[in-house]
Amino acid sequence: MWAERINGLIRQVPVWAIWLFYGAPSVWLFYLGLTGGLGAEPIKALERELGKIALQLLIIGLSITPLRQYVGVNLIRFRRAFGLLAFFYVCLHLLVWLVLDVQAPARIWTEIVKRPYVMVGFTAFLLMIPLALTSNTWSVRRLGPSWRRLHRLTYVVAVLGAVHFLWLVKGFQIEPLIYLAVILGLIGLRWRPLGQSRRV
Amino acid sequence: MAYRWKNTLSSQDVTPEAAFLSRRTLIGAALAGLGLAGAGLPADAESLTPNTWEDITRYNNYYEFGTDKGDPARNARMLTVAPWTVRIDGLVDRPGDYAFDEIMRVMTIEERIYRFRCVEAWSMVVPWNGFELADLLALAGVQPGAKYVAFETVLRADEMPGVRYRVLDWPYVEGLRLDEARHPLTIMATGIYGRDIPAQNGAPLRLVVPWKYGFKSIKSVVRITLTDKEPPTSWNKANAREYGFYSNVNPEVDHPRWSQATERQIGGGLFSPRKPTLMFNGYGDEVAGLYAGMDLVKNF
Repeated sequence: MWAERINGLIRQVPVWAIWLFYGAPSVWLFYLGLTGGLGAEPIKALERELGKIALQLLIIGLSITPLRQYVGVNLIRFRRAFGLLAFFYVCLHLLVWLVLDVQAPARIWTEIVKRPYVMVGFTAFLLMIPLALTSNTWSVRRLGPSWRRLHRLTYVVAVLGAVHFLWLVKGFQIEPLIYLAVILGLIGLRWRPLGQSRRV
Repeated sequence: MAYRWKNTLSSQDVTPEAAFLSRRTLIGAALAGLGLAGAGLPADAESLTPNTWEDITRYNNYYEFGTDKGDPARNARMLTVAPWTVRIDGLVDRPGDYAFDEIMRVMTIEERIYRFRCVEAWSMVVPWNGFELADLLALAGVQPGAKYVAFETVLRADEMPGVRYRVLDWPYVEGLRLDEARHPLTIMATGIYGRDIPAQNGAPLRLVVPWKYGFKSIKSVVRITLTDKEPPTSWNKANAREYGFYSNVNPEVDHPRWSQATERQIGGGLFSPRKPTLMFNGYGDEVAGLYAGMDLVKNF
């Protein structure tokens, strides 16, 4: 069985390798930004890249359950790392926006309240905080079944993130629509008609 | 009617030194004549150094070549820019197809160093070369009934990969009121830094209206139509709530999704500061009169 073989290979990969592999781009992007590698407007480029990596990590996180159910490939061991990495990139994205982009503290609150797309993105960030805080093993044990219910917030976070992206671009652009479609598709795979058994 | 406006932005980087010195002398003489010798350049001239050729030609919005800022520089070389003709029609005495080479033969090319403010809240300073649109309109002979000028960008699906997606309703169209179009600041640019304008910047000729958001300055123009009605404009068709016909740079009227109070000049790196956006992009002395008595919040 090829799925078994893949699972065998996956078992060889330590979790810290995921942290290293997906954490490294953050350092690399800042380095590129400082050295002119992100083009003439590095602030927007950095902001955009960090946001997109966060969305990609959320998508990876959302595909772990369907991969196991439909393909038999088990990446569950890495799910916490992917979730926390997504939060890490959202934090960096927000920090770049606050410190490098908006700059004046007086403008920050106005921007959040007045700009719907900022509000949507900021809400997604706020919703991720309880998820990050309860990602440790102790919380999983402590919260029991309600941990799972709480962590379904990931679906909301991912949709809000994609809407945030779609809302900030000018015109009818394809890229944010692809993110939104993939995220909605992955959530859709979890939906079962009433009466059928439900596993999450 | 060329040379109706003198650059207030100035830099040795832009102009060959001899020309620069002679212009300095001219300005100096003029100032001396007014008893203002020693007043020198405007205080903010220092911060308004033109952007580099690389910044100007590699950070562009030209959605026909893709929506990423780097897409135009990557894809626009596919565009055939010669031969090129501009159809001038509508309410003109001499409608017809005007060959680009013929236009260049009769127009006076001059340098205009302008601020360029994008609706996305970034800005550049660009040393354009071009001629006054008024001169081109005079060539075709504007009829008395004309009130507006409509512009159209070339549309070639085989040379413009971005038009596969309906980001906008192609072809790109823009428009100006006739008095805006004839204003001395309004030019058709054919060059940057004395070189032919690259395709990604709107080769072979594009409109430049420095007191309006950049998207008004339509690129690679193939048609100019004089009309008596306000012409449709692409971004207004795409989203009338966000993009008005006038689209004058105005720090007091925000875009519904972001603030227009400040801007960031391209080229400042990762720690580039924001600076306040100027009314009419700093050209209020020259153009505010065009809008006397108009509600600029309503006519955004």
